[in-house]
Amino acid sequence: MEYSPDNTLLEIKNLKMYFPVTQGLFRRKVGDVKAVDDVSFNIKRGDTVGLVGESGCGKTTVGRCILRIYRPTAGKVIFQGQDITNLPLNKVKYLRREIQLIFQDPYGSLDPRQSAGSIVGEAIKIHHLSSNKTEYDEKVKELFALVGLDPEMTNRFPHEFSGGQRQRIGIARALSCSPSFIVCDEPISALDVSIQAQIINLLQDLQKKLGLTYLLIAHDLSLVRHISDTVAVMYLGHIVELTDWKELYENPLMPYTQALLSAVPIPDPSVEKKRERIILQGDVPSPLNPPSGCPFHPRCWMAIPDCSQEVPQLREISPNHMVACIRV
Amino acid sequence: MAPLLQVKNLKVTFDTMAGVVKAVDGVSYHINEEEVVGLVGESGCGKSVSQMAVTQLIATPPGQIVGGEVIFEGQDLLKYGADSGQIRAIRGGKIAMIFQEPMTSLNPVFSIGEQIIETISLHLQLTRQDARQRAIELLEQVGIPDAKARIDNYPHQFSGGMRQRAMIAMALSCHPKLVIADEPTTALDVTTQAQILENMMDMVDVFHSSLVIVTHNLGIVARHAQRIYVMYAGRIVEAGPSENVFKNPLHPYTIALLKSVPRLDEPRGRQLVPIFGLPPNLIDMPPICAFKVRCSWAGECKNETDPELRQVGDNRFVRCHLDIKGESSGIFPR
Repeated sequence: MEYSPDNTLLEIKNLKMYFPVTQGLFRRKVGDVKAVDDVSFNIKRGDTVGLVGESGCGKTTVGRCILRIYRPTAGKVIFQGQDITNLPLNKVKYLRREIQLIFQDPYGSLDPRQSAGSIVGEAIKIHHLSSNKTEYDEKVKELFALVGLDPEMTNRFPHEFSGGQRQRIGIARALSCSPSFIVCDEPISALDVSIQAQIINLLQDLQKKLGLTYLLIAHDLSLVRHISDTVAVMYLGHIVELTDWKELYENPLMPYTQALLSAVPIPDPSVEKKRERIILQGDVPSPLNPPSGCPFHPRCWMAIPDCSQEVPQLREISPNHMVACIRV
Repeated sequence: MAPLLQVKNLKVTFDTMAGVVKAVDGVSYHINEEEVVGLVGESGCGKSVSQMAVTQLIATPPGQIVGGEVIFEGQDLLKYGADSGQIRAIRGGKIAMIFQEPMTSLNPVFSIGEQIIETISLHLQLTRQDARQRAIELLEQVGIPDAKARIDNYPHQFSGGMRQRAMIAMALSCHPKLVIADEPTTALDVTTQAQILENMMDMVDVFHSSLVIVTHNLGIVARHAQRIYVMYAGRIVEAGPSENVFKNPLHPYTIALLKSVPRLDEPRGRQLVPIFGLPPNLIDMPPICAFKVRCSWAGECKNETDPELRQVGDNRFVRCHLDIKGESSGIFPR
């Protein structure tokens, strides 16, 4: 798809989300956890953008800032041309009709005391999307059918469903007010291998059918490769590489991306034997006390003294391939 | 040469309100000296329970080992009680375990060092001083920086990856002959996962131990294991050298598993093939093939009996009535 400003659904500009760290009786602020530090990217209508990185890198926080679960410290989130960064709470309610969330844990994210039908239909009631009871019931049943659940099961409770079915309930709930944009936060990582493919296929089908746009937050790089158009790699609150899926997987430039890719095992022993593996040393540094300069330099095998001087900016190396590394 | 560990027809049941769950239903396998074996399957297929039973870590009640033999270095471990001296000498000593959740399997009120030293002094005749020295060396070997100071840390002061490293150090502290790693990296990030596995492989190499990796991640098995067992509904459904199994899977379940996950090196655009349906209820197992309801070949299979695990070639075993060749079923991108 050609880039045009009106094709952009969501723009994130220099987004920062700092969480204060307090200490002592008077909760004196002693520092910040810079969960997201200067992140910018765009999402085009109908695309899937994959956001990958290790736990604690800030990928979920980005998703929550978009949903306005958090109010960002600085920067802008522009959705359909409207700046939603400082939207008052009574307007946020209407925003949530357009932006929805699919959660990771299908066990924790469904109220055990609410029937599946009422979980899915709650948003329809809140937003007054149906005029009477018959229409409401009809809508809920349609949603059940849409995600591949038996519409007769609306009266059952979450514990009566399997993990995969629960995740389908979560997806139906997200779809209930016909959003245009869905943040999928690790949608399959809590599911069994044999179930994962069902949910991935469902997400892809729904995207085709309903013209949805996804932000896919995940740490599984093979999944992200399978369904993303654009991929952003995050490390310690920064985007370190941003490009289309093909370029990222065929020509990763940032050393961290290379290490991430080489860490994913391929289910084929003959391929595995020939692969070169990059094993990173040490752990991810604490975001409370990040290293100076490039956040990755203490673990990077290509680091030079200059790497610890300045935070590298994301720059375009080749068309549409952005990398934050001075060694590239 | 006799294998290091030979499990024959192992059966483990759990008493529940709904009935008796046959978690492990006649599992036989063996591990050779210095061999790395992978055990794959979905959650609830009995892979962990079959491993816990080896050192009798099954909580009784509700669990019970109801049959089989576990022959380790020539003696049947199931002849001894779970609390007997013989088992206690082997458990943690000659057979060590690494568990999935390092936070719940480490004791939060004792320092890391204390817990490693406890294991060492239980199994080796060392003074406390020497045991501590050995614990420091082990922590260094598994890549804990500044091990001399970190040994007195408590589990909460370690990151997830470091805790798992400490678990590996503990497991290998007494030169085990066999290490059973139950989902050792499932709770960890990919880069940490690669680090930990690499480290674990180095360690078993140095100590000449055998290793069983229990996991649901086919990639990990492909990367590290020499031989694999695939489990489904409390039984082994396929076994063989891993190169062979991945190249030519013979059981519909193994084929289905391989088709259901996206691969990093395949051309994009392949439709993933999910495995529909659910594993059977282990309380009330059907008298036919346990995979039949989910099997893509069920239409061709007219045999209404429960298949036996049969040998189909060099070291290859499969529990299926049909002669399916995964090689030609178009799983692979080549």
